[in-house]
Amino acid sequence: MIDSHLPALIALTFVLFAILIPMFGLWKPKSSQPLAVLGSGIASVLSLYAFATYLQTGSIRYFFGGWEPPVGIEFVYDGLSGFFVLVINTVAFFVLIHSRQVARREFPGKEMPYFALAMLALLGFNGMILTGDLFNLYVFLEISSLASYGLIAIGSRPAPYAAFRYLIIGTAGGTLYLLGVGFLYTVTGTLNIIDMAAMLPTFATNTSVVAALVLMVVGIGVKAALFPLHGWLPDSYTFASSSSTALIAPIGTKVAAYILFRIVFYLFGVELTDAVAPITTVIGILAAIGILYGSIMAIAQTEMKRMLAYSSVSQIGYIIMGLSLANPLGFAGALLHVLNHAVMKACLFLVAGNLRMKEGHSDISKFNDSYRKKYPWTMASFSVAAISMVGLPPLAGFFSKWYLALGTIDNENWIFLAVILISSLLNAVYFFRILEKVYMMNPKKDQKEGSDAERNEVGFSMMFPTSVLAIALFVIGFANAAIVGILFNIFPM
Amino acid sequence: MLDFFLGHYAYWFVVILMCVGLYGILFKKNLVKKTIGLAIFQVSVVLYFVSIASKWGATVPVKDSNIPVEQVANYLNPLPHTLMLTAIVVGVATLGVAFTLLMAIYNRYGTLDEQELLEKIQ
Repeated sequence: MIDSHLPALIALTFVLFAILIPMFGLWKPKSSQPLAVLGSGIASVLSLYAFATYLQTGSIRYFFGGWEPPVGIEFVYDGLSGFFVLVINTVAFFVLIHSRQVARREFPGKEMPYFALAMLALLGFNGMILTGDLFNLYVFLEISSLASYGLIAIGSRPAPYAAFRYLIIGTAGGTLYLLGVGFLYTVTGTLNIIDMAAMLPTFATNTSVVAALVLMVVGIGVKAALFPLHGWLPDSYTFASSSSTALIAPIGTKVAAYILFRIVFYLFGVELTDAVAPITTVIGILAAIGILYGSIMAIAQTEMKRMLAYSSVSQIGYIIMGLSLANPLGFAGALLHVLNHAVMKACLFLVAGNLRMKEGHSDISKFNDSYRKKYPWTMASFSVAAISMVGLPPLAGFFSKWYLALGTIDNENWIFLAVILISSLLNAVYFFRILEKVYMMNPKKDQKEGSDAERNEVGFSMMFPTSVLAIALFVIGFANAAIVGILFNIFPM
Repeated sequence: MLDFFLGHYAYWFVVILMCVGLYGILFKKNLVKKTIGLAIFQVSVVLYFVSIASKWGATVPVKDSNIPVEQVANYLNPLPHTLMLTAIVVGVATLGVAFTLLMAIYNRYGTLDEQELLEKIQ
């Protein structure tokens, strides 16, 4: 009975908690964070259950108000949307557990609006993933964006300016997407994705369709921080508070990448996309440049959050590159990288949050060997996530790069293969310099007497999510064959 | 050629409005003017949707006993207009967030000029 309502329930959980948090938060401000954790916890359990149901019985289509498409709006829970919903809700659950102490320290007294906004942002992300209607997608895009601007503006002194720049660029991108939807509507007369996908092949040569595809990809490319549309990302991630960054960084750009997947693979289909405009080639090249640019800029940074932000620009490139390969291996590699990168980036930003909590900064030049004594578990989690980012087996990061590399070989695209390999080396440069500062300097110091570093690890509510995400990287690494098997089945051709 | 311009004059108006908006977003140094440019840019898309659904000699989409339902050409398509009600609300909300952020920026830095802001942030 409940199964057919699952797609709507996942999104509506966040609506419910976005209302509950202000109601209880005014009465008891301390109740906001537990409520947010409860909300995202319920949503992750529902997503897990829905994914298990999907594996047994197949896709679920939910018609709002019983109106069947193309008249009504529907939520589509298929393999792709189910996978993304599961990933983002689970990661958000762990990040929100971590936020309790960060929120109390970085913006005391503002927990209630913060967590209510977080719920709205998650509602927008879930809605964007689940909806089967192009205009509805625009509305959810704006809900998540407006909430994200608010979340980013909570932070250090220049944070509102970073959020304002993101608002200008992001809204312009959203408006371009809307214009693209308008072009498609004039041609097909429908907004439902499945309905429109059936009609589009007849209009492949129509110039409106070409313009619509380009406008939509550019508009969503802004949100996905696809090079060269990434300008808003480094400042936003650096100046926002640790908990906002940890919440938005692993999720926001992934969801935009999901829409690109939806447009290219499901709405147009790969063959039609290439017939309309050489989009997959162009975004593949942009992704390759973005991978190298992001890695090189990350090496040049001295602030850990800024370095991770540039690394995000590089990692989103892998996902878009997997999309541009348009073969099952590239598709599975890209989706596996969505999962891996969400877990790795969340873990790394939580580590940055832990260090900011205790040291008051996350400036790499001030890192030293006392950290391994002071924060043994935080630094251990950091090492695991960093090594996974570089891509050493048996950690998760290796396998997604492996499948992406196999995908490039399958297409005989040797330049992309070289880009993946070079970028892994560049990743090693910027992560190992931190590991070197923390673990390699003065190896004998621990045995000396009078080592001034006292053990000063962060509390359980911060350590637990950080280490769970780090352990998850091992689990994903060992279970990669099973996950990739599921992902191959999702591939739409 | 003249028909191409005159026959689509509503769309040419939208294109000009869009260019004005983009100019404001890209080249104005004052953040309030940037926001105004953004609003013009959004309104141009709203007007595009409104104009694709307009029709000469058609009536509102309420069943009229004089016009049979089969003559769809005599009824307007209400969907783009209703979509734009939502889009206008989204635009207003965006402006609200933008001005809130501008207030926060002004309270912290005492200026809304992009050049001065960048100097003060460095």
